[in-house]
Amino acid sequence: MIVYDKKYDVIVVGAGHAGCEAALAASRMGCATLLLTINLDAIALMSCNPAIGGLAKGHLVKEIDALGGEMARNIDATGIQFRILNTRKGPAVRASRAQADKQLYRLRMKRVLENQDNLHLKQAEVTGLRVEEGRVAGVDTKAGVRFAAETVILTTGTFMRGLIHIGLTNYPGGRAGDLPSIGLSDQLRELGFEVGRLKTGTPARLDGRTIDFGRLEPQYGDDPPLPFSFSTPRIDQPQVPCHIAYTNEKSHEIIRGGLDRSPLYAGIIEGIGPRYCPSIEDKVVRFPDKERHQTFIEPEGRETVEVYPSGLSTSLPIDVQWAFYRSIEGLERVEIMRPAYAIEYDYVDPIQLHASLETKLIRNLYHAGQINGTSGYEEAAGQGLLAGINAALRVRGKEPLVLGRSEAYLGVMIDDLVTLGTREPYRMFTSRAEYRLLLREDNADLRLREHGHAVGLLPEEEYRRFLEKREMIGAEFERIRQVKILPSGADPAFLEEFGLVGMQNAMTLEQLLRRPDVGYAELARIDGESREVPAQVAEQVEIQVKYQGYIDRQLEQVERSRKLESARIPEGFDYLVIAGLTAEVREKLHKFRPDTLGQASRIPGVTPAAITVISIALKARGAR
Amino acid sequence: MYVQDTIAAISTPLGEGGIGVIRVSGPGAGPIAATIFRKKRDGGLLSHRFYYGEVVDPGSGDTLDEALLVMMRAPRSYTREDLVEIQCHGGYLVVQRLLDLVLRQGARLAEPGEFTKRAFLNGRIDLVQAEAVIDVIRSKTDAALTLAQHQRGGLLSERIAAVRERLVHALALVEAHIDFPEEEVGSLTTAEIGRLAGEAATGIENLLAGFSEGKVLREGVSVLIAGKPNVGKSSLLNTLLREKRAIVTSVPGTTRDIIEEVVNIGGLPVRMLDTAGVRETDDIVEQEGVRLTLERIPQADLVLFMVDGSRPFDSEDRMIMAALGPARVIMVQNKSDLPAAIELPVELAETEKVAISTLTGAGIERLRAMIRDAFLHGRAVDGREFVALSRARHRDALVKAQGFVARFGDSLAAGVGLELLAWELREALQAVGEVTGETTPDEVLDLIFSRFCIGK
Repeated sequence: MIVYDKKYDVIVVGAGHAGCEAALAASRMGCATLLLTINLDAIALMSCNPAIGGLAKGHLVKEIDALGGEMARNIDATGIQFRILNTRKGPAVRASRAQADKQLYRLRMKRVLENQDNLHLKQAEVTGLRVEEGRVAGVDTKAGVRFAAETVILTTGTFMRGLIHIGLTNYPGGRAGDLPSIGLSDQLRELGFEVGRLKTGTPARLDGRTIDFGRLEPQYGDDPPLPFSFSTPRIDQPQVPCHIAYTNEKSHEIIRGGLDRSPLYAGIIEGIGPRYCPSIEDKVVRFPDKERHQTFIEPEGRETVEVYPSGLSTSLPIDVQWAFYRSIEGLERVEIMRPAYAIEYDYVDPIQLHASLETKLIRNLYHAGQINGTSGYEEAAGQGLLAGINAALRVRGKEPLVLGRSEAYLGVMIDDLVTLGTREPYRMFTSRAEYRLLLREDNADLRLREHGHAVGLLPEEEYRRFLEKREMIGAEFERIRQVKILPSGADPAFLEEFGLVGMQNAMTLEQLLRRPDVGYAELARIDGESREVPAQVAEQVEIQVKYQGYIDRQLEQVERSRKLESARIPEGFDYLVIAGLTAEVREKLHKFRPDTLGQASRIPGVTPAAITVISIALKARGAR
Repeated sequence: MYVQDTIAAISTPLGEGGIGVIRVSGPGAGPIAATIFRKKRDGGLLSHRFYYGEVVDPGSGDTLDEALLVMMRAPRSYTREDLVEIQCHGGYLVVQRLLDLVLRQGARLAEPGEFTKRAFLNGRIDLVQAEAVIDVIRSKTDAALTLAQHQRGGLLSERIAAVRERLVHALALVEAHIDFPEEEVGSLTTAEIGRLAGEAATGIENLLAGFSEGKVLREGVSVLIAGKPNVGKSSLLNTLLREKRAIVTSVPGTTRDIIEEVVNIGGLPVRMLDTAGVRETDDIVEQEGVRLTLERIPQADLVLFMVDGSRPFDSEDRMIMAALGPARVIMVQNKSDLPAAIELPVELAETEKVAISTLTGAGIERLRAMIRDAFLHGRAVDGREFVALSRARHRDALVKAQGFVARFGDSLAAGVGLELLAWELREALQAVGEVTGETTPDEVLDLIFSRFCIGK
């Protein structure tokens, strides 16, 4: 091995969505950082759907932005269709989603990385870790170069022992068109990690010139498009529509006819796939009564004819793919530019991680993204950001940043992963967050900006603007509690419209706002100052007033669980000698090794009685 | 952990009995046994063997009693600690003196339920079992015992699982519409969600109705016999007791205090209260008894309003009728062996009635059935199909769940946001989980994926 003469603080292996955030966070926090990738032209490549956000994922993107990550700004700069989902539902479950111009997205991220101080980008395949006395010391590459580092972050995506399946044909690859990473996961296994196998898939990319869009239903984005980032003032680039198409009975027949050559049904694929993202053959088999399945035909960019038919991923042979895609109305003449495929890859069960994303086995080694069994760009980016922050904090000798379940979806995700591990690709859902009403997109900045600032990721200017906004919200609250509408002084038409005729006492603006039919738009009609309140401030005040009862109840729950969450279980705590635990619970705790009582309480099968017993044991231990 | 000291208590009910048992648990159990017990044969105490010998006060050398002793070494004992049981002759004094001796050797008097608590803390039984065991100990009749055993066996868990299943299902429907707005999950069918929540509510309601029955079985009910003098109240009590305990005479006004007896009626522990005959009287002592009777009426779970069927309904009967108020009442018309002369006033037309004769025993079985049915709604108490909650903790959790389900219903009707609906369901689920200690991690997602074709 040729040893490179520079020692880095942080080496990030992989330049996907996790790797980019990790490398940016570490370098922005002042660490000498090296980002290694198998292919410098595939930085931040969207290997699957050309979109960012969606339910719970949009939440993650806003949180990444609040902490000082890059994803939100990157999609704001390159998005070609923005939509807010669930607008008719409550604020907690509204979420942003955007179609990306895939090539622009990757190029813009590459440029940001290239312009970043303290950050080196190099093309190399990492084949092994250097480990000295239980602590990582650097990486070895296929080209025979050794890079030394204080900390290493692995973000290998689908590359470790990647195996691509198209029908019964399969070959090694990290993604269609890219080499796999060979050797690294074998070494991880040798080091004592439990390494598993997962599977995911992607649909074919179709030639838009061969699709009759006139027969498909267009779906347009919001006008005006609303940005993800708290720092983006507005979206200027032109916007384009998606189109909706449907499979039919004929498509399903074709699929059923090809099942004997499906690697999934032939038992060739051993990795576990995501249930929420099944292949089309899976859908047809599992829901035989469904007459049609919907697909959104999503543009891959403005400068390409390639389109992405969402929901139609498959690993069926290419001839079945041809027939199947062409059975769809409007796609009769469609040409496939890139075939659909499934990919199997190695992952490392995240139960082997601390909540900082550092591995329990090897000090200063962090895992983020699909290597942890997650799926999704946003999930990966969120982990990458926190791994980058925590590696940098380690270099500085500081305590890690661990977000709570009541603070962020990021906290929920990482806690789920490190507490329970995962056996199938893990995706974020809002239903995973027990404090969903507190974890909204709209208040991600209020929840997390302070953390971003504290670790040094948030530029002073951004922070100052945030403080200003927070102050204005506080002041506005004061104001609406003070300002009263007098029965005599109010506009009679207004009183009439809102059923307030004959009201006896003065009403504060807050009381008015609490009514379901009154928002800031209505307040503005009778109160001049309400008209002047900036939209972001009005939004916060309105949500908090309207949902106060619910929010208070959630805060109470948070308070109740705080004790459990803060009760730390020492490393190496021996459950086997604790009397009062059933064998099953004992075994589970021994295997899962929770860091806190809160984590322990979330392990299925660990009963409240068991938690009581452990807490007694912990107290006894503390007393000794 | 708790302090590993040694505890002792009398394990048999206080009072006269054939034998009395003293139980000692903890590290000191063995040494204490060795100090105070003199075996007939030499040698050490083997675990799980009965030994015959004498209990001797080592201070005075006095023999207190002859006794059988069994030593159960940890962990093969009820508490999983060293445990000694001493069987001596029954009777308050003997047992008490023996316990005092054990306590003087360094043991501490056990708190109520402490042996079971140790069994729980040492992992021999789980929480629900521990609670059920305490109920077994405290249960007064066979029916209560069956109930407690069924709670241990999991019938209660089964019923609760049915409620949970409905709630999880409803929640999955709601969550599918929150997390997958772009998928074809169809429009939200509030009818189906409403139906599921309704079924859950009914299930909870039934369990809660069972709570009062569970409580009835564990703690018993009070039944007051009220009537004017000499209608046969004490005779009825004695008939029910099948032995003569209250003074029975034909001179009016002999039962002046309230007599309380526990009777087993069809598996139901009933505290029968026989009262001073109510009559208009000038006698100071008797007036006191009358006042006491009338006062007791509203506190009783059931009033047996007893009249003499061979005589007309008179002003004294009317006085009692006036005092009944909203109490649950069974009219008991005694002396059916004599020609009927009574004509009941219209106010009592709707009241349940039974004609009996304490002399011949006619109608007594019918009366027993009526008393039982008044509390157990005619259900079989052999336990096979009978699930009742007997713990206040379970009840509280279910009352909470009921509140959330009700709030869910209101919210559904009011058309509030899905995420708020989901929350009420989650809270209800959590409350239900408090009974069984279950959590719901991925259950909801599992159901969504199996029911809806999700994925893009």
